[in-house]
Amino acid sequence: MQELALRIRLDVLEMIRAAGSGHPGGSFSVVEILVELYWKVMNIRPNEPLWEGRDRFILSKGHACPALYSVLARRGFFDPDELPSLRKLGSRLQGHPNMHDLSGLDASTGSLGQGLSISCGIAHGNRLNKRENRVYCLLGDGELQEGNIWEAAMTASHYNLKHLTAIVDRNRVQLDGNVSGIMEIEPLVDKWLAFGWDVIVADGHSFPSLEKAFEHCREAPFPSAIIADTVKGKGVSFMEGTCKWHGRCPNENEYAAAAKEIRGDLS
Amino acid sequence: MNNLKATREGYVEGILQAGRENSRVVVIEGDVSTSIGSASFGEEFPDRFFNLGVSEQDMLGEAAGMALAGFIPFVGTYGVFVVGRAWDQIRTSICYMNLDVRIAGAHGGISVGPDGATHQALEDVALMRVIPNMKILVPADSNQTRASVLASLEVDGPVYIRFGRNPVPQIYSRNERVKIGKGNLLREGDDVTLVACGVMVGLSLEAASILENRGISAGVIDIVSVKPLDTELLLRQVKKTGTVVVAEDHQATGGLFGAVAETLAQVMPAKMGVVAVRDSFGTSGSPAEVMEIYGLTASGIAEKAESILQ
Repeated sequence: MQELALRIRLDVLEMIRAAGSGHPGGSFSVVEILVELYWKVMNIRPNEPLWEGRDRFILSKGHACPALYSVLARRGFFDPDELPSLRKLGSRLQGHPNMHDLSGLDASTGSLGQGLSISCGIAHGNRLNKRENRVYCLLGDGELQEGNIWEAAMTASHYNLKHLTAIVDRNRVQLDGNVSGIMEIEPLVDKWLAFGWDVIVADGHSFPSLEKAFEHCREAPFPSAIIADTVKGKGVSFMEGTCKWHGRCPNENEYAAAAKEIRGDLS
Repeated sequence: MNNLKATREGYVEGILQAGRENSRVVVIEGDVSTSIGSASFGEEFPDRFFNLGVSEQDMLGEAAGMALAGFIPFVGTYGVFVVGRAWDQIRTSICYMNLDVRIAGAHGGISVGPDGATHQALEDVALMRVIPNMKILVPADSNQTRASVLASLEVDGPVYIRFGRNPVPQIYSRNERVKIGKGNLLREGDDVTLVACGVMVGLSLEAASILENRGISAGVIDIVSVKPLDTELLLRQVKKTGTVVVAEDHQATGGLFGAVAETLAQVMPAKMGVVAVRDSFGTSGSPAEVMEIYGLTASGIAEKAESILQ
């Protein structure tokens, strides 16, 4: 799993380099969360992406899609050879996810704040269909500044959509700077609790910690939120913890240094 | 034809019938279900009725999710809020994914009256018309509203249905059917073509009678489907008259007048006039008073036609 995470980080780095643009910071911070979901937690069939019995995943922070594309490819939804087409004309790998281009995506996202409402709607629909499938929604921490998130949080609790789990990628950095400096969103645990959710904090880069958190959520009597503590740009030292790499493509020297670091961890 | 009935009543009849015929139809409300009347759907189908409170953005996102789970949600609230407050949710979470969501914009137009400018949707058709995949129906009476609800189930992708608050004369019978992309020629005319939707259709018919008394032959098209527009019907009539007056309870920019003007400008330039709200907000007053002040009247339409014919 750890090797897989490193290979995905390398994919992301190479995809963004080939595209000339993209969002490395917020892609690197969610890699372990996605790997845990797609290899361990979710009930899915890569060869039957629209299988009705599947659990669904909504990437509300759509700009992290390079990581999701790599995960889907390596999980068998499509050929990894397609990954370098990211953001190019005619590519199925749009700059932000388009479900009609690429099967395996459960929604088109990219405009922040909307994924949790979509997830609630799917959870509602599953309940009407008498299905127990779970819905997972990955949110950015800066994204929680959108009011729509909290409208959806109320709905999930009011209708007790307990098959819904939101994961907050708490990397504490957004495009312009530190979340606490731009618009403080803490105390997050208290906020989600106050909205009637079951809340657990996890280390978003530790597979055992994530595994425990997802297990906890499966048994939760309410909709559940995992506050995943992560590092923006995780895995490349000079990208970590800074807003500088929110949406920037590395130059050749930076790419070489980043690739060397990730490859070093791989061997 | 003159029994008065509010178009919103047709909306409620429509969703009830749709709900009985199709178990995938669900209704999402935003704390105005007793005002619109859709609360009765919740009484008959409590499992398929979701009142999400005053939260338009969440309502539209939820609708997207429900559609992704295989249901056909009707999202109903006041037009001004549903398309204004949640425009990006409609654009990105519904239209971009081309989902089967039906959006009901109640209390459309300045004819809402006493609630005033904040509650009079005058930009909603324009806001919806610019989004790819969206289809727009603006029915003229209660029977046509009911038929619009049912017609929306015959197409894929999102549909916006805009209707008013107040009683209007019934133009259509119970058997009326609406087809998306098709307008109705209500009256033949040789000198001028009046193109209208919603509450302005009845007034355009009155205007045609006024014009007839003045020796002017006016045809009347009830366009119903603002998007896609029935260009075949429009061009056939305009070819004959060469003169068009568009009447709508909406800003003059971006709505039906915009749609007609954009079409004619490309293929059949004509003399054109518009009876609509001219780049201003509404105001409080009785529906009749407000319509009068803003010129949205039968005589206003007739005068516009006469002036451009001169």
